[in-house]
Amino acid sequence: MTDPFVPVLVLMAVAAVLALGGVASSAVIGPRRYNRAKLEAYECGIQPTPHAVGGGRLPIKYYLVAMTFIVFDIEVVFLYPWAISFGWLAGFGLVAMLVFLALITVPFLYEWRRGGFDWV
Amino acid sequence: MIPGVAADFSQDTIWTSVVKAVLIVVFLLLSVLVAIWFERKVVARMQVRPGPNVHGPFGLLQSLADAMKLLLKEDVNVTAADRVVYLLAPMISVFCALLVFAVIPFGPEVTIPFTDYSTPAQLTDFPVAVLYVLACASVGVYGIVLGGWSSGSTYPLLGAVRSTAQVISYELAMGLSLVSVFVMAGSMSTSSIVESQARLWWFLPLLPAFAVYLISMIGETNRLPFDLPEAEGELVSGYMTEYSSMKFAWFFLAEYINMLNVSAICTTLFLGGWRAPWPLSAVGDGVLNTGWWPVLWFLAKLWALMFVFVWVRGTLLRLRYDQFMVFGWKVLIPVALAWVVVLSVVQWLRQGDLVGAGAGGGELLLTAVAVVFLALVVAVLRPGRARRRADAAAGVGGVARAAAPDPFVARSRMFDPFAGGYPVPPLPGQHLPPSPRAARHAVEPDLVDPEAGPDRDPDRDPDRDQPVQEESR
Repeated sequence: MTDPFVPVLVLMAVAAVLALGGVASSAVIGPRRYNRAKLEAYECGIQPTPHAVGGGRLPIKYYLVAMTFIVFDIEVVFLYPWAISFGWLAGFGLVAMLVFLALITVPFLYEWRRGGFDWV
Repeated sequence: MIPGVAADFSQDTIWTSVVKAVLIVVFLLLSVLVAIWFERKVVARMQVRPGPNVHGPFGLLQSLADAMKLLLKEDVNVTAADRVVYLLAPMISVFCALLVFAVIPFGPEVTIPFTDYSTPAQLTDFPVAVLYVLACASVGVYGIVLGGWSSGSTYPLLGAVRSTAQVISYELAMGLSLVSVFVMAGSMSTSSIVESQARLWWFLPLLPAFAVYLISMIGETNRLPFDLPEAEGELVSGYMTEYSSMKFAWFFLAEYINMLNVSAICTTLFLGGWRAPWPLSAVGDGVLNTGWWPVLWFLAKLWALMFVFVWVRGTLLRLRYDQFMVFGWKVLIPVALAWVVVLSVVQWLRQGDLVGAGAGGGELLLTAVAVVFLALVVAVLRPGRARRRADAAAGVGGVARAAAPDPFVARSRMFDPFAGGYPVPPLPGQHLPPSPRAARHAVEPDLVDPEAGPDRDPDRDPDRDQPVQEESR
């Protein structure tokens, strides 16, 4: 086979069949006994406070982590091709990557100092 | 044959792929059944109790019985849930978890018994195989996030946001630790990486990266001591609280398959993949690295790592959430980054590039970069030094020390549990003010008449007759 991604598609198909089939089979096989309390949210009978589905509120801290993550994820994505071609990029590639890492490290240290990583 | 990939898949037909794909899924399902039994049994032995021992020999059929029970349970759809997303989330989880093994090499070329058909013991491989693995792992988080969000309930939502923050934080450390393997192997194709470990397994020269990977793989799979998204003491069972029956089973299955996934990646990238361990690899001119033997070595390494998972679970306590995040961002990521820099410089020096065309310029540039970098670090960090020292004294990520002797510092770090309108526990560096009741208890022994017995003044506060309370310590 020439295209190496075709087997991935095959595995995806098998996995999708399993994932769908499992949920469908339990919906068919399982018993159905209606009980209003059973269908309520797990909160001992009271209404859960932040209604997540209707636009609940989250601490902004998580947003900050997501922003920082994007910066670092891009850094990692840049590192991968450089790592693969490390052998022939040699000195020039190394210096270029060190400059890039230094530039990323400065905002990292800035955020660290401003308490961006203090989770309390 | 694809350039940059060691294994040769040119003989495979679509039917070979179908058979291999089904075998992978069956292998994963059976492994999960064994893994659940294995975990319960090993943890039980560590806690000096027998563990599951009723169903089948050594209780081996216990997890099969559990799976059957889940299949026969009622499929509850809570009313507050967003129906479509609620239904999709467990499927996304298990779907993404199943995909990772597509690029894991179980062995080199194997011959199917009773035929002369030979094929790599691996579904497929391409030059960016490890990137594909990371992509599958990242998309898998959506299952958890959407499941928690769509349940329309408090605990699952908290579990979901925790899980997001946790997995993306530890994925960075994991991704950075893999960079050094790519530098050494010069490839991201799994079969080529295994090929590159013929002489030396990468975990030895890349020990720091291996350590970072081992820690972050536990964080990535939400396992103890990092299982904060489903911390049962705080969040019932986190993102899967509202799930039942097979939908719950899929989340559970995905968690265990993810354990197998990260273990398999670790085996392939750091522990030599299917290669026989050292004394055995020398036997008979490497005969144990051919045929079906490698599958045995691969599985042995995989289960050794699974044992590490269980061992860590049996040994360590769950971290507090802030300690966990601080550890990820302030320890793992800087260590992984520093190691990438150190390794690349060392590799560059080892390659003997010093006599190349731009050698002198390169060295000069390197020095310049180092100086500029140090200057930037000093400029950024200098005014914050006092604060960081205070943080260190308060023991961020560790046990909080006693209050600082300086009364001003002590007062500024004094903690008002009711500041936000409802009581919250003190965080690291904060200390509860002395309890007003402590003084009351201190004088208590004088008030109590030892002769009085149980029938004392009726107007006495019954509270005071309690034994010495915790605040008075």
